[in-house]
Amino acid sequence: MSVAVRRQLSHLDSLESESIHIMREVAAELERPVLLFSGGKDSAVLLRLAEKAFRPGRFPFPIMHVDTGHNFPEVIEFRDRRVAELGERLIIASVQDSIDRGRAVEETGPRATRNRLQTVTLLDAIAEHGFDAAFGGARRDEERARAKERVFSFRDEFGQWDPRAQRPEVWNLYNGRVRPGEHVRVFPLSNWTELDVWEYIAREDLDLPPIYFAHERDVFQRDGMLYAHSPFVALANGEVPFREWVRYRTVGDMTCTGGVRSRATTLAEVVAEIAATRITERGETRADDRFSEAAMEDRKKMGYF
Amino acid sequence: MEGFPISSNGARPATLAEPSAPPGLSGRGLLRFTTAGSVDDGKSTLIGRLLVDSRQVADDQLAQVEEASRRRSMDGALDLSLLTDGLRAEREQGITIDVAYRYFTTQRRFILADVPGHREYTRNMVTGASTADLSIVLVDVHRGVVEQSRRHAYITSLLGIPHLVVAVNKMDLVDYDQAAFASVVDTFEEFAAGLPVADRLFIPVSALHGDNVVARSERMPWYDGPTLLEHLEQVELSHEHPERVSARLPVQWIIRAPNGEPNVNHRGYAGQLASGVLRTGEEVVLTPSGRRTRIARIETSDGPIEEAVAPQSVSVVLEDDLDVGRGEMISRVDDPPTVAAELEADVCWMSVHPLEAGRRYLIKNSTRTVSALVAEVVHCMDIHTLRPVPDSSSLELNDIGRVRLRTTAPLAFDTYRANRGTGSFILIDETSNDTVAAGMIVGAPAPAQP
Repeated sequence: MSVAVRRQLSHLDSLESESIHIMREVAAELERPVLLFSGGKDSAVLLRLAEKAFRPGRFPFPIMHVDTGHNFPEVIEFRDRRVAELGERLIIASVQDSIDRGRAVEETGPRATRNRLQTVTLLDAIAEHGFDAAFGGARRDEERARAKERVFSFRDEFGQWDPRAQRPEVWNLYNGRVRPGEHVRVFPLSNWTELDVWEYIAREDLDLPPIYFAHERDVFQRDGMLYAHSPFVALANGEVPFREWVRYRTVGDMTCTGGVRSRATTLAEVVAEIAATRITERGETRADDRFSEAAMEDRKKMGYF
Repeated sequence: MEGFPISSNGARPATLAEPSAPPGLSGRGLLRFTTAGSVDDGKSTLIGRLLVDSRQVADDQLAQVEEASRRRSMDGALDLSLLTDGLRAEREQGITIDVAYRYFTTQRRFILADVPGHREYTRNMVTGASTADLSIVLVDVHRGVVEQSRRHAYITSLLGIPHLVVAVNKMDLVDYDQAAFASVVDTFEEFAAGLPVADRLFIPVSALHGDNVVARSERMPWYDGPTLLEHLEQVELSHEHPERVSARLPVQWIIRAPNGEPNVNHRGYAGQLASGVLRTGEEVVLTPSGRRTRIARIETSDGPIEEAVAPQSVSVVLEDDLDVGRGEMISRVDDPPTVAAELEADVCWMSVHPLEAGRRYLIKNSTRTVSALVAEVVHCMDIHTLRPVPDSSSLELNDIGRVRLRTTAPLAFDTYRANRGTGSFILIDETSNDTVAAGMIVGAPAPAQP
């Protein structure tokens, strides 16, 4: 006998299998996991992976959205639509509530954003519900600090990430053991790239918020990025809204997410544009990473996603 | 010169032609590789060169590096090593703290675990190497084979990485001299010949100038082997032949349909194949329980499949309703794993609190976690001479040694040599919850009494 037929999973199948393994490990080893859902494309992929890992059973965890109140309305519609389809439980943790209760203080000025306030709301919600594991959609290719983060990322009782005290993570033998008050952030998409995510969305024909596809909207230019003109962002001197065809590569708040000029209205066209791009998604569209060279690192230490 | 590239098994894939693959499966897939070494060897520069020359660095990342190069260096020359420095603490101190993962794609998808050489060296190397199929060891041709190169090669072999590439760097400093390269190869081979790494390849490179990294060097016409990137793209992995390995499916999770649904009796044994191929209808044994049955169906969310191939995540429905769960392993009846409550293993110790005989830890092997007692420290490796030192009673941080463990309940495992998936384990300190060791099973002691 001989000629051995080479059987190898495609890279997307390998990534998918790895992510499913990670999600099942969390379900099996932790008491109270939760899936953090932002409404973006990575969240959409996470939900599909959860279906693959646990159907025909129910998800062994609820879905939680940290709602800043400054979301794109299309994203909220998408969230509610997907959760209804799945028939799973949704928890909404509201930044507005945190502000109203005095847990967080609203920033002011034209560059005010609730991006950093999310951390307070998130950590409060994790404590309130007693979650010991939280799935996030972060990928290591997104940013330099994330490149060094474990798949199971330990957080102390203050929700903080300490890059110098990460647990060794060998083979696929994850250690999610935590004491009361501590939790792990778990990133099933750690090894995916942006292009992998898009190719997977295309392959699985996943539903997405429409803002990922080219559409016409009122935008204004700031720091070389095109922001949506919305009630949440005050225009600074000289900033004038205009009509433009844009799509979004990432979905954060309307206050910190820029669109890119595009005419790509179909999934295939978007994938083609992403494959050809020479700029990273965070570099192109996220103001929250531009505060400093180590913006993400600093926020992660505080307990950010 | 004949003889380069050196491949100890003499078998280099002759062709890149792909056999026709079944749907959903394709040819050369993901390659996970690791690089280890210190800044002095030019590792960061090599990785930077690999990424930049294969056009894998986005414009904004490159601009960031250009700007940082201007700020930090006197001459403002592009410092490729800045591409891979992640954290502010690292940039401030000019060191690398932790394993960084990088992703790039040429004709193949790559995941690179970039391991720093300075601090907690063994611990980081093991973390990065545990999932790698190929390891790049950098040798500075000017300094020759140093202790650290030997250590890299040793850990590569200990971790069972099947492919080793020795990148002989800084060829520009020796005028691209063939004899200097050959001398490194000879020295390296002298000690590496004893290591069970099947495939070794030596490539003369200059990371600084790009010779033989992505583009072929015109300054070393005497070298007729592949460039580093060519080799990474072409190397054929053993797990491209899963049918040659024992089938192992550790059960992670039981999937049950919710109450009220038509398939309410559904009971799926969900897990990721650690190795091999499982087929519908096959007679299987669950270990350590020893229960036997047949595979009724193999399910994925995209529908039933005839066979599951490692590393696929699947859910298996068995013909008999067995009351077993997480921690069992599904294998073919004629090819089961070892089941034992005592084992011998090599461990890399990763904690500042030493391992000592008589201590208890949790052991996680596949999906099974039980308590383990360190019955004996057999020996500790002298990391300088790479020889075992008997009569060791403890292992310190970054030590590698052999221990005998007794577990409170039997485990189902293979030797690490035979199976990286089922032959590996971690030890967890129950007090701190830290992962304190990475372990590779050498075997189960034969039963002592008749």
